[in-house]
Parts: sequence; structure tokens; C-alpha cells
Amino acid sequence: MTENYNNPRIVVLNTRAANVHSVEKALRKVGADPVVTSDPAELASADAAVLPGVGASDAVMKALNTLKMVEPVKEFAASGKPLLCVCVGLQVLFESSEEGELAGLGLVEGTVQLIPTGMTDDLGFAMKVPHMGWNEVQFTEDEENRNRLFRGIPQGSHFYFVHSYRCVPDKRAEIAATTNYGVEICAAIAQGNVVGTQFHPEKSGEVGLQIYKNFLDLAATMSSSPNGTK
Amino acid sequence: MLTRRVIPCLDVDHGRVVKGVSFVDIRDAGDPAELAAFYNAEGADELVFLDITASSDARNTMVDVVEKVSSEVFIPLTVGGGIRSVDDMRKMLEAGADKVSVNSAAVANPRLVEDCAKEFGSQCVVLAMDVKRVDDPILGNFEKYGEVPAEALFQIVTHGGRRPTALDAVKWAKLATESGAGELLVTSMDTDGQKSGYDNELLRVISRAVTVPVIASGGAGQLDHFYDALVEGKSDAVLAASLFHFGELRVSEVKSYLAERGIPVREV
Repeated sequence: MTENYNNPRIVVLNTRAANVHSVEKALRKVGADPVVTSDPAELASADAAVLPGVGASDAVMKALNTLKMVEPVKEFAASGKPLLCVCVGLQVLFESSEEGELAGLGLVEGTVQLIPTGMTDDLGFAMKVPHMGWNEVQFTEDEENRNRLFRGIPQGSHFYFVHSYRCVPDKRAEIAATTNYGVEICAAIAQGNVVGTQFHPEKSGEVGLQIYKNFLDLAATMSSSPNGTK
Repeated sequence: MLTRRVIPCLDVDHGRVVKGVSFVDIRDAGDPAELAAFYNAEGADELVFLDITASSDARNTMVDVVEKVSSEVFIPLTVGGGIRSVDDMRKMLEAGADKVSVNSAAVANPRLVEDCAKEFGSQCVVLAMDVKRVDDPILGNFEKYGEVPAEALFQIVTHGGRRPTALDAVKWAKLATESGAGELLVTSMDTDGQKSGYDNELLRVISRAVTVPVIASGGAGQLDHFYDALVEGKSDAVLAASLFHFGELRVSEVKSYLAERGIPVREV
């Protein structure tokens, strides 16, 4: 294993979710050299990690339970190293979801609720569930106060969403970005080193790649910091 | 506000885009990755790649195409054509597709949608349905889908429109979404290629019958057709192929036109 200032060790957790490879490709596109793995030891030695997920929260939790990754992910989150959780990866940070039976990771307090059905928007369009497509994202903080992963992205940029459930954290201060779909949807959570996006940055064009670029830069500072890792 | 999506569709034969973009300075108009990058820059919200390769031995070529495109272009990618099994779908998803569409094989094997949705989640499964208007519906009892209503207006055809079925389009749309299809790609075989507009009545009845997004396909010829498919047809997204490839309209023009008329679109 080589230590390389410019090439931090980024791990993409293989939750068997269909977006694992897209996340890997987006990281490669911005210059990272990620490892897709389900090995807890690989996670422990990483500078930064991504927890992808699509489909159902139970499927992701089942994969984490089977792979004995639940505790390692919690430990990683507690280590202060960057952890980016995408879509259902964000939803499983919560204690539980209306969608599933299995307990979540419990790293964020709050609930995951079904998006209300049967609404129509201002133009009279039926608001379908899943919420699928590009929606406008508002960050809750100004550029300079934002979590590092969200810097350099214009307010109101469009990101790609596909989900039927929405996260409702108890602490509003943990909401880093919102979008509107008849109701307010939490588009991103930031809890220091643990960041989650409801949208798919790996499918959101240039603004999405910017998040992975920021993530890589942050991982590089971890890898070069004397107290960072290993 | 959630934007309406504009989606170019590319036909791929043996790994090459047929009817490749012919109006701009592109090095290789048959290269899927280069065309994908072009449409991405034009503001395409998603891409659909349809494998029209007839021989099954060339199937792996499509996997390579998907692998390459998804390493270069970071917007949602739907892949269809010749998907017959859960394994076929897995190959495409692992290569980098975000969604996979099934068409004739789902009609032949009604469990396919359900099996794929269970395995990968509904968000990956697009049901592509080719539809024809009928005066005298083919009556009959199609698999477990029951009797065709005598007043059926629209029926499903397969194999590129050559083969009629005793399957009512609205009923099929409902049943497929109940089985787990997460999106419908609805092509009217009556309007396809005619450039006289989408079949908005068809789109509307399908869209009202289901809770999942509907992509309008078949018939776009001018800017207002896109608007009509969204407003009259109640579609969530509009798809076109040759219109974009031959440069008769550009994706960016369609989006500007829609934006000027109050339709929310993602401007790039």
C-alpha cells in the first residue's frame, strides 16, 4: 500500500446498489483512484468513503448487515474522515424509515417519510412519486459558510433526483440544502465530516462532478494531514 | 420546481450510432461517446441508447458502449433493446446504465418487469411500450392480464410495430407499473416518424392511469409539439431521435422554447 499525497485512498462501499459503478466513474473523472470494496479493513484504512444507494433502504441495510459493515461505517463516521452518502445512502443514516423494516445507522436524528402523493404543481401537473428528474437546489448557507463539498456551486443549480421518500431531520441546522416538490425536500445533510445528498451528484452533470472534486480535495487534505489517517 | 426533461434517443447498431448527428463538426458521427458528450453539452437531461443490433452475438458490444459513455458523460443513461432477462439487465447496470428499458420481452414474459424491479429497484426499470390506435381491438385474454375491453382505443404492438397483441395499452401501463416499472416510455407507432406531433390523447390517458413518470415518444417535428406533449399530453419528459440527429432542431432550442412558455426546464 503506497502513501501518496496526491492520491488519497477513497473507498466506495459496495452496497450492491446499482449506482456503485456510477459513483466510481464520477470519482475517476475528477482524478481520484477509488477502490470499490465491501471489506471493513479497506474502509478503516481509507482517507474518505462514499456510501452509495438506490432502490430500497432495506436493501442497503441488508447489504451492510450481511457484510458486517454497520459498525465499521459508524466508526468511520466518528473518525472525522469525509463520508459522503448518496440517495438511499443518505436515508440509511437515519434511525428508521417508513419504507423499511430494518433499523438504519442512526447517525442522524429524524425520520424518513413517504413523499405525499396526489399533489399538483402550479402549472397543474400531477406531482408524481417517485420524485424523478432535475430539480432546483437551494443551499441553506452562503458560499463561504457552506460545507466544503458544496462550494463553487451556484445557488439554484439543478441536480438529478430519483426517490419516493424524504428525510426529515430533527435538527433543521443539519439541512445543508433543500428543494421543493410540493413539500420541502431535504436535498442534503451536513454534519461535519458526514455529508449526504438526496440527489445523485454522479448523475447531475458538471455541478455534480464539482461535489466529487471537492470531496477528492478534502480527502487529499486528510491524507496529507499528520493526524489524518493510518 | 421539478423540470420537464428533454431526451435525445440514439440507435446503436454493432456499437455504432446510426443516423449520427450530421450537422455539427463532430469527428466521428457514429461514436456513441462523442455524441453523448455533444448532447450533454447541448443540455440534454438524459440519454436513451437503443440497441438495434439484430444478432445476439454482438450484444457485448453494447456493454462496451455503455461502459464508455457512462465514463464520459454524467447524466442519466437509459439503455434498451434486446433485454430479455434479469441477467441482461444486470450487465447493462454494471456497465453504467442507470435505467434499462424492456419492451417485447416484457410482453412475452409478464414476470420480467417484476423480477427486474425486485432485483434492482423500480427506479431502474423502464417499460417501453409501442402503441397503435385500433378501430376494432383484438379481443382476447392476454396471459394474466384479462380481457381486452371492447372499447379499447390503443393496443400494444411488439417487434417494432410488426406484431399486434391482444393487450390494451392503458391496462398494460397500469399492470406494468403495479409490477414495478418505475417509468414508461410511450411510443405511438401511428405518429412515429410522421413529424406531425406526438399522440397527445394517448399520452394523456396513459399518464392519468399511472403514478410514475411518462416519457413521450414518436412524432416530434417542430417546437410546439414538445410543448403540447407536456401540456396536453401531461407527459413528464419528451424524447426525440432523428429530429435532433439531423439538426432540424437542437436540444437547446427546444429547452429555450419551453422555458419561454413557462415550462420549467434545466438551462445549461
